Amino acid sequence: MSYLDNLLFAIVLSIGFGYFFMNVKKIIRNINLGIAVNRNDNPRAQWKNMAKIALGQSKMVKRPVAGLLHIIVYVGFVIINIELLEIIIDGLFGTHRVFAFLGTTYNVLIASFEILAVLVLVAVIIFLMRRNVIKLKRFISSDLKGWPKSDANYILYFEIVLMSLFLLMNASDLHLQNVSGGFSHFIKAGSFPVSQFIAPVFNGMSNELVLILNEGFWWLHIVGILIFMNYLYFSKHLHILLAFPNTFYANLNPLGQFDNLASVTAEVKLMMDPNADPFAAAPIENATPSKFGASDIQDLNWVQLLNAYTCTECGRCTSSCPANLTGKKLSPRKIMMGTRDRMEEVGRNIDKNKGVFVPDNISLLNNYITAEELWACTSCNACVEECPVNISPLSIIMDMRRYLVMEQSAAPMPINAMMTNIENNGAPWQYNQQDRLNWKNE
Amino acid sequence: MSEILIVPTMAEMLAQGKQPEVLFWVGCAGSFDDRAKKITKAFVRILNRSNVSFAVLGTEESCTGDPAKRAGNEFLFQMQALMNIEVLNAYEAKKIVTACPHCFNTLKNEYPQLGGSYEVIHHTEFLKSLLDDGRLTIEGGQFKGKKITFHDPCYLGRANNVYEAPRDLILKLDAELVEMKRSKANGLCCGAGGAQMFKDAEPGNKEVNIERTEDALATKPDIIAAGCPFCNTMMTDGIKNKEKEGEVKVLDIAELIANAQDL
Repeated sequence: MSYLDNLLFAIVLSIGFGYFFMNVKKIIRNINLGIAVNRNDNPRAQWKNMAKIALGQSKMVKRPVAGLLHIIVYVGFVIINIELLEIIIDGLFGTHRVFAFLGTTYNVLIASFEILAVLVLVAVIIFLMRRNVIKLKRFISSDLKGWPKSDANYILYFEIVLMSLFLLMNASDLHLQNVSGGFSHFIKAGSFPVSQFIAPVFNGMSNELVLILNEGFWWLHIVGILIFMNYLYFSKHLHILLAFPNTFYANLNPLGQFDNLASVTAEVKLMMDPNADPFAAAPIENATPSKFGASDIQDLNWVQLLNAYTCTECGRCTSSCPANLTGKKLSPRKIMMGTRDRMEEVGRNIDKNKGVFVPDNISLLNNYITAEELWACTSCNACVEECPVNISPLSIIMDMRRYLVMEQSAAPMPINAMMTNIENNGAPWQYNQQDRLNWKNE
Repeated sequence: MSEILIVPTMAEMLAQGKQPEVLFWVGCAGSFDDRAKKITKAFVRILNRSNVSFAVLGTEESCTGDPAKRAGNEFLFQMQALMNIEVLNAYEAKKIVTACPHCFNTLKNEYPQLGGSYEVIHHTEFLKSLLDDGRLTIEGGQFKGKKITFHDPCYLGRANNVYEAPRDLILKLDAELVEMKRSKANGLCCGAGGAQMFKDAEPGNKEVNIERTEDALATKPDIIAAGCPFCNTMMTDGIKNKEKEGEVKVLDIAELIANAQDL
């Protein structure tokens, strides 16, 4: 019977991890739809950035309430998962509390898991209230309507269920440990500062019933964790994994430094070179790229796509965006959500068509992100500064503006006038360049 | 005005075989915008008073390309950049100071890759260094005890992490520096950046500069200090919209210092 349990556990575990890794492969494939960009040229600074921002949560605490609660859930998540190791070994080999031989260390570990579990429960309940009772503006704005709103709540419910199962599992275990004369394999192990108060609910039940309940809690807990892990791919919650690579590959240049398109440099240099032969055929390797700027996800770079998968839709960007604050359509969060949705759509298209993308007459521009949103941006970098995990909605906005201007000549009229002035007289207004020093004598 | 400003050009300097200590990049706003020209002149008065050897490009200066780049026109930006770099390199410019954070950011961060590497500093940083070196003394004058709030320009603050130089200068005026609820890295944009200066805003329920002006007015200031000609315009418009132009002035840091010395 016990062997059957172990076999069943092994099967459940492999399905859980198997499906998860299948989707991880999909994520990697989709991220690689983006164009190449080198973000690996300063490993020291990269590791430091990751340690500070992802591991150290330094940007989260810019908003102290949410930051503190998040740290509780984050630490809880990391620490309580040590328990997972014991659960997996117990499940695979039919042992029970295999690490109990650690003695006092084990007691301390279990006790701290329990305390963290309660703290996580409290934090998660406050999170739910912030979303559904207090209704903070950034959690009820229109870009979260429908699935994103439910998704956020599902994740929180899930965490409540998992933490409760963990405590119930310990409580029933403790109850059986305390059966006078001992019961089955329930040795005295662990210290239970929280579940000792839950254990009395099992008083009066038969030991056999409590054993069934205990095994039920154990199974539900581990299966729950596996389901949660697999839910990540379908939710906004991937940040718990991707925050690390995302901060590692973040752009570490000053925020005001926008990249200079190398393809443009080549053309401009050729244009300005008096010795260049305008009629000479361009060498193939320097041929004009098919496109300037971005109208779809394949035109973005892979870090921008990683950004989209990493975004957990917290909305700090949008709540600090001057355009959004003044009622414009632009929401930096929606830029990231749209990019991810389109990337998923392209991914499904590729899956359906045996590994090849078949044009679908849909694009990131217009179908997901409109020109009106793009032109509302002041490039102030507030969204980039706010993001707790170094996402840059601004870089996507800029790449898409480049497409609008350089491929479609679709800038608003006054912008066209401004650019014409720069071309004609070297200033955004119609003043003669020869008058540039007139102020001196005015 | 019957004042005499000494404003040599790089060409004149070169003709005399001289290289100035610093090149003053005036920028389009500083050259042509009536309000911003006052900032330019205030800065020059301080430079003259401090005997700083500087020169401008004059008619050889052209737009850095910043508004074109932020609008998405990389071609126009790089054409401007390469032309300017040719001029700057021909004069062997080493150190550039500018009173415009947009020019500052572009010259500092986006020109090096295209062959133009210079030490680029914002005028508030330059004034701070003159002060630190004892070449400039600041007295409070008319601003002593006045309530001054500083609006961080996005391209100086968040974009390049310069927050302290302008504040240090305000404190030197013996003025009371009051911070807005959103300041430094959390500062709210004035609404002009990203080429917005040159177009109408998208439909919404408010103008960005009004939102920001309300932030500033909440501190009950006598003066809103700015470090950017575009922010200056936006905040000035905001004050007019609120009909507060009688009570609250919008002044550049350079103007504060120059006016305090009655320059």
